[in-house]
Amino acid sequence: MTIAKILTIIIGLLLIGFIIWWFFGKHKEAVGNSTVVNDLQNATIVVKGGYSPSTVVLKKGIPAEVNFDMQDSTACLSHVVFEQLGVNEDLTKQKITSVKIPTDKAGTYNFACGMDMFHGKVIVK
Amino acid sequence: MTKLSNIKRFWISFILAIPMLVQMLAMPFHWMMPGYNWIALVTTTIIMAISALPYWQSAIAAFKKHSANMNTLVAVGTSVTYFYSIFAMITGRPVYFESAAFVTVFVLLGDAMEEKMHDNASNALEKLMNLQAKDAEVMRDGKFVKIPLDQVQVGDLIRVKPGEKIPVDGEITEGTTTLDESMVTGESMPVTKKVGDSVVGSTINNNGTITFKATKVGSDTMLAQIVTLVKKAQTSHAPIQNLTDKISNIFVPAVIIIAVLTFVIWYAFLGASPVEAMLFAVSVIVIACPCALGLATPTALMVGTARSAKMGVLIKNGEVLQEVSDLNTVVFDKTGTITVGKPKVTDIVGDKKTVLAVAASLEDASEHPLASAIVKRAKAEKIEIKKVEAFEAVEGKGVKAKFNGQTALVGSNRLLDDVNISQEISDQASKLQAEAKTIVYVGLNGKIIGLIAIQDVPKESSKAAISELKVRGLKTVMLTGDNEKVARAIADQVGIDQVIAGVLPSEKAAEIEKLQHAGNKVAFVGDGINDAPALSTADVGIAMGSGTDIAIDSGGIVLVQNDLRGVVRALDISKKTFNRIKLNLFWALIYNTIGIPIAAGLFMQLGLTLSPEFAALAMAFSSVSVVGSSLLLNKTKIAGDDAALN
Repeated sequence: MTIAKILTIIIGLLLIGFIIWWFFGKHKEAVGNSTVVNDLQNATIVVKGGYSPSTVVLKKGIPAEVNFDMQDSTACLSHVVFEQLGVNEDLTKQKITSVKIPTDKAGTYNFACGMDMFHGKVIVK
Repeated sequence: MTKLSNIKRFWISFILAIPMLVQMLAMPFHWMMPGYNWIALVTTTIIMAISALPYWQSAIAAFKKHSANMNTLVAVGTSVTYFYSIFAMITGRPVYFESAAFVTVFVLLGDAMEEKMHDNASNALEKLMNLQAKDAEVMRDGKFVKIPLDQVQVGDLIRVKPGEKIPVDGEITEGTTTLDESMVTGESMPVTKKVGDSVVGSTINNNGTITFKATKVGSDTMLAQIVTLVKKAQTSHAPIQNLTDKISNIFVPAVIIIAVLTFVIWYAFLGASPVEAMLFAVSVIVIACPCALGLATPTALMVGTARSAKMGVLIKNGEVLQEVSDLNTVVFDKTGTITVGKPKVTDIVGDKKTVLAVAASLEDASEHPLASAIVKRAKAEKIEIKKVEAFEAVEGKGVKAKFNGQTALVGSNRLLDDVNISQEISDQASKLQAEAKTIVYVGLNGKIIGLIAIQDVPKESSKAAISELKVRGLKTVMLTGDNEKVARAIADQVGIDQVIAGVLPSEKAAEIEKLQHAGNKVAFVGDGINDAPALSTADVGIAMGSGTDIAIDSGGIVLVQNDLRGVVRALDISKKTFNRIKLNLFWALIYNTIGIPIAAGLFMQLGLTLSPEFAALAMAFSSVSVVGSSLLLNKTKIAGDDAALN
């Protein structure tokens, strides 16, 4: 076995180790909060290779909108689906798509892309 | 750059890739395009910049968040081949620009086609909403004027001429006509409507001019409620999806690991050149896109629920679909479900006048269907209905009150524990019960003075619907508060297998539980208001609608039309949709489980390999075929629906 081959094996194994650590390891997720203007709270989620932040916390009792700012131009993230709310919005029609979230009671609304590959949640408390 | 749609990007990239395609086809004839490397470098670079860059950007953004997705796979596949080819060109080795270019082109093609089909699938709902009329002729200051639909208010008088659409829900105050209600009920026969009947917005007025009073407008109308319900169903989850949710989280990183292993094993252990090993690895990455897996359930749900809504069957969510496929028993409520629900008095035993007078006076305040039959008969016979005192309703048994100062009672024999029944009366009762007539005893002063026999006939369609269910191998059960003999007689008329009679309304849910404990998967069919507990206890609750109120809250399936054939349709479409979901998932999984080993070169000795270009084509085809298979749900045959044939 040549040195090049041995090196390849070592690099390959290191790469696999890195992938496992990077994707499956515990990493802290960013949590976003809303801003309240004129009795309406707004939170913005940037859509680019995922949702950032993927968790948004809203205050109970104040009418709320979550704005999805579409910055990704692949088909993957073109729709956002709130299963419990029956919302399925096409994000590609306009730059920012607003989704009204009911805040009359505390709870968690999960959302995902059209293919259910990306996930996020809106927490009302 | 982000303004270009996928389909435009596809065409630009495709045209740019043509020289490479020509070269690929000419290769077996040992013809080399002059300056091929330079042409390939320039065209591929443009393709990368226009079409592959968005995938790279998305993948990098995802990578920073410790997540990986389909874009990651596309980005890794294209960038590895592209940058290697530049390196190869500089160092005078063979280039693989075409791999990078074709992978991009095919991925885009898959994306663009899938987007188009996705739009087709979700269009069905928009069509439903477009059924609404745009304006309405409303009485304002004594004249009918045309106003936009959103200005119509509850209580407005609206005129509709032949051929026009009914704008909102309401009740006819003037005129007679026939309506085409097929868009909400799925029933193709026109329905005759007269004064006092309710009309549903968006149905079409056939031949008469009518005036009606608006009772529901805006988001309260039946159509609006149907649209909301279908929307929720379309975005819902089926439990079977939990599997794909779990897979999707680990799938992409796992694929990249497999690709790394593929490279290492081919290069270090099997003696392949680094370039060959790289091509195997890239093929693995490209074919493994989990798109088809993710599309399998939502697209089928979307098409299936919209199709069923058009037939008057509203399915709440994906979970219901899954439950339906395991059913083996269907339990029906009797009154109003199997029967018409409008009982009529057929016989009166005893002194007709007195018996009716006592019965009608006591039942006047009651809302029971049997009560209204008695009151109706009394009115027809011009018998005076008197005020009673100390009225008391005994749930599921009857009513008691003071009639002219004497204790009177009207109800079933369950009410009569301490009252004597003469042999003659009880013989009469048995005889009438055997004729499928419900017996109401009328008692006065501790003595039975007579009987009233009431009959509720089965709906015309019930028998056919029940035999259809039996053909499908389902056991049919009738659950009723009525007497055993009456229930049996009705059951025999329509062909029901088993009768559970004499059940109090509050015990219905418990009876369903009993059936479930015996190992059955039970669907309960009943009306949404009285049977709510039984509907929610059953594995699948099927609520029969009536008029403009669709009982949204109770029942996993809501039938717009009060007809048992709807049950057959509901079960059919649910099963077909769920089977389609399973088929889609199976296809998607097979694609990846077979595709990855082939791409990794496992079957090289059999001469079976996949170049990155073909891997990309196969991947694009898998998502398109899954979406296409879901769209085919629009064409499958469902009992009692001819839409598929048109």
